[in-house]
Order: sequence, then C-alpha cells, then structure tokens
Amino acid sequence: MEQVKFLPCGDCALTVAFAQEIREETNRRIRFLAARIQRAGIRGLQETVPTFCSLTVYYDPLVLSRKRLERYILRLLAAYRDDGQDRKRIFEIPVCYEGEFAPDMEDVCRLTGLRREQVITLHSSRDYLIYMLGFLPGFPYLGGMDARLEASRLDSPRTRIPPGAVGIGGKQTGIYPLASPGGWRLIGRTPAVLYDPHRENPIVYQAGDYIRFCPITQEEFQRLLDCGQTDIREVTV
Amino acid sequence: MKMTVLSPGPLSTIQDEGRFGAMGKGFSPGGAMDITAMKLANLLVGNAPGVGVIEMTMLGLTARFDCDSVIALTGADMSAHLNGKAIRRYGSVPVHSGDILSMNAAQHGMRAYLAVAGGFDLPVVMGSVSTNLKCALGGFQGRKLQKGDELPLNHSVSADLFGARQVAVPEEYPETIPLRVLLGPQEDAFTQSGIAAFLGNEYTVTDKSDRMGIRLAGQKVESKHGVDIISDGIVTGSVQIPASGTPIIMMADRQTTGGYAKIATVISADLGRAAQARPGTRIRFVQVTEQEAIRLRREEGKKMAQWEYEMLYGV
Repeated sequence: MEQVKFLPCGDCALTVAFAQEIREETNRRIRFLAARIQRAGIRGLQETVPTFCSLTVYYDPLVLSRKRLERYILRLLAAYRDDGQDRKRIFEIPVCYEGEFAPDMEDVCRLTGLRREQVITLHSSRDYLIYMLGFLPGFPYLGGMDARLEASRLDSPRTRIPPGAVGIGGKQTGIYPLASPGGWRLIGRTPAVLYDPHRENPIVYQAGDYIRFCPITQEEFQRLLDCGQTDIREVTV
Repeated sequence: MKMTVLSPGPLSTIQDEGRFGAMGKGFSPGGAMDITAMKLANLLVGNAPGVGVIEMTMLGLTARFDCDSVIALTGADMSAHLNGKAIRRYGSVPVHSGDILSMNAAQHGMRAYLAVAGGFDLPVVMGSVSTNLKCALGGFQGRKLQKGDELPLNHSVSADLFGARQVAVPEEYPETIPLRVLLGPQEDAFTQSGIAAFLGNEYTVTDKSDRMGIRLAGQKVESKHGVDIISDGIVTGSVQIPASGTPIIMMADRQTTGGYAKIATVISADLGRAAQARPGTRIRFVQVTEQEAIRLRREEGKKMAQWEYEMLYGV
C-alpha cells in the first residue's frame, strides 16, 4: 500500500499527505478516507478537508490523541479497495459560451490557435473530476482539461468576476460560484446557481464528483433564468 | 426589543464560535477571533458560551437600547461609557430603555466583544450566526454593522435572575508577545537558517492584517526550493510563508486551502492572544512540544471553568 505521511498542523489538526502528485487514484483514496471518517462518529473527530493529494483532519486533542487518530487512519486505509464500483456522480452545468458571457474568448482563441467552436467543443466534451473545493466556497479545482485549451492567466486580475463565470487559468478550468476577484480567462457563464446559503445543501457537489459543461445559447440562458430553472442537475450514469 | 446602531465603528460584526462542518466545501469557519473573550462575554450575561456577540475592531460602536437588558464587554479596552458614565469591562452591566452605550478607540488590544443577555435574534445559517463577509452570509444581513441598523434582541428573562457577574480582568495586551508554535506541516520546505530566522527574530504586525490573516514584517524566512506546494489544508494559526518570505498567520476568515508552504502553526491556546495583536505589536515565535501545547489547551479550558465558578460563588 502507498505510504502516507502525517503532518502536524498545530495541536488540533493533522494532514494526511499522500504522494505529492495529482492523480485520480490518490483522490479516490482521499475520498474514501474522508467518507469513512465522517461516518464513524468518533468522539473528538471534527471534520475533514480533502485536497489534491492530502486530507486535513480536525480533532480535539483533549479527547482524541494524535497517535490513536493516526493508527485509526492507517487501519481505514488498509481496508481500502479500489473495486471501480463507486457510483460516478456527474453534475450537468449549462454554460453559454457567447457574447458578453465570454469576454476572453477571442484571447483564448488567439492563445490556443483554436477556433471558437473548437474551444467550446473541447471544453464541453468531457467530464471533469472535482479534486477539491477551496479558494471560495464551492470553487471546484477540476482535473483533466484538454491540453490544447491551456491559456495563461490575465496579467492583471479582474477585481470582480460575476458568479457563474467559467474560466481557464493555465492548465486548469473552473467556475466561480460567487463574485470574486480573479485572474482566469472567462469563456462562458452559467445561469445555474452554484451557491445558495439558504438551500439545505448550499453547494451540491463535493470533491470526487464530476462536472460536465453543456453549451447553451444566450436565448436558452435567458429562458432558464426567466423560468427559475437555476438548480444544477445530477445526471445518472 | 432591539438595539439601534448609532455609529458602527470601522468593522463591527456578529460572531459566534464559527461555522463548522463545511470547510471541505470551501467555507471558512469565521467566528470570533478571540474565542475566549467571546465566550466570557456571554457567560457574564448568563448566556450559553457560544451565543452570537458583536466583535468590534480597533474602535467600538455607539448604540441605543430600547429595552431593559444586561450587557457585558470583554477583550480590548475601548473605554466604554453608558450615558456618558464609564462602565466596567469583564462584568455584567444593566441597561435600560433609552440608554446609550458609547465606545472609543482601543487603548490596548485590537478586538472587543459585546454580549447582550438572551443574544441577538438573527437567523442561524449553516449552523452559525457568524458573519461571513466574503459570502455575504450570516450575521446581520451578511455584512458589517452600519449606522441605523436595528438589531433585534431575543427576549431574555435570564438577565436579572443571574444577578451581577464579574471576573478579574485577565491579562492585558503587551507590545511584545510570545506566540507558541508547533513546527509543520511543511517545515522541511525551509532551510535550517530559515527556521532559525523564524524562531530567532521578532516580527511586527502590519496594518495589512485583518480577519483573514495577520501579516508580519521582519526577517525573511529562507526556503529550500521556493514556497509553492500542491494546495493543501490551512488551519487557524497556520503560519504561511508566501513568495515574499515574510510570515502570515492565518486566522478565522482564512481560505480553507492554499498553495504556500506553512512553516509552523500557532497553538490553539495562543490564538486569542494573536487575535488581539494590533499593528505595531512585536511577535516572537516560540517552539513548544505537542505535549506542552495540549497541556496549555487544557489550562485554557480550566480557566473558563474557574471564571464560571468565580461568577457564581466568588473567588
């Protein structure tokens, strides 16, 4: 089994560090570990934060010792089997790649040497694994963008990117769940509401899920807004 | 039953212990920067320790009560007055309808806490009433307090039942403070001389500090091969070294993850002290063992129990 390292984060948290490279297999292991920890209901175990190749675990050292926690984590990892039976959860996000919603499309075409249609097709033709959420609530760090779409970030970041904006930053693509400053090149926008604090589940997707972008026209964008169809849909596979 | 804000101060927000359970989805926990002071303010008015209070920064608010209640102030000394008459900190103070609470700039420390008996009647969002400014979430309309805000108060029958409560004013806020740390999670990203510089020099709190992080000026911390890492978890107290080489102590409104190496972590017992460090305060990082950090955490808990005992039965 792949060795993990335990890195102390003060007296109330530790980070379980896997091999420091971004791989889907590692991410599955992290997801497995996070799910098991969450379900366990062990006194003193508080919450977990999955990232690309590590899991940060918060605990109260007055009721759970780090040594015991580490032994427990090792035992959980030993029980891990990648049987490929995990149900794949995919969330479909409608994206309009046109006009005002795609202010940097021309630049991306110029930087990549692709035509607009090619950018849209390449960007929307695959399912992206959510490796982790961070930076902003619900901001997904997605893996697996087509290398032909790689485009450098803006030299000076925008002070405000609207919620729902879809962008490319270097080798990565992502979507802004709420307004934020940011330096990614914007190629589209979704009318879907990714973040709603008053929903039972303010962010519906989580690390380990997949995101699929579906191109829509400006008219469809408006229609979805008008009839309030702004939830994102889970598609079954 | 309400409290009307006449002058809000530069940054006054509703905070409780924080919003937990959604860090994995990118939500900062937020919550009071000085948790001990926040809890103590609540206990002094007979509230449960985790009820939402007002956190004021550098300069306090002025407000009018339109009902009888009991309040308590803890944390930084902002020379509070009620109807122009000085009132004590770290003790319960009865207020009456029409009374005006006014506060000034902090004499020492950075953040003061105002608790009202019964607490504020505000919606609990994702398990907390803490204000998350970035997400415009929780607190009073998801933002800092403004002039004219009318904060609804919960009806409290507890106030007069519990009688006058008071504790001795705990440690004040010196101009040089030690912050005890455990090395890690990424101390091996730094050279021996980098770690020695970090532990051997004083750093000064800059005015670019906020609820996200305390930005320090001072000796640069040398890394072996740069400070970029594959993003991992950031905890409250993480001491991050960005490309500039000068440390940032990540605090309540920090991002949950980040891509800079973290040389050390301030121990949980010292986070309140860090929260009260105002610009100009000098910080010395002191390495301790994990065992010592846990012992100090336990002492903090004992202190709280001792205060409660003192309030009920005297010293």
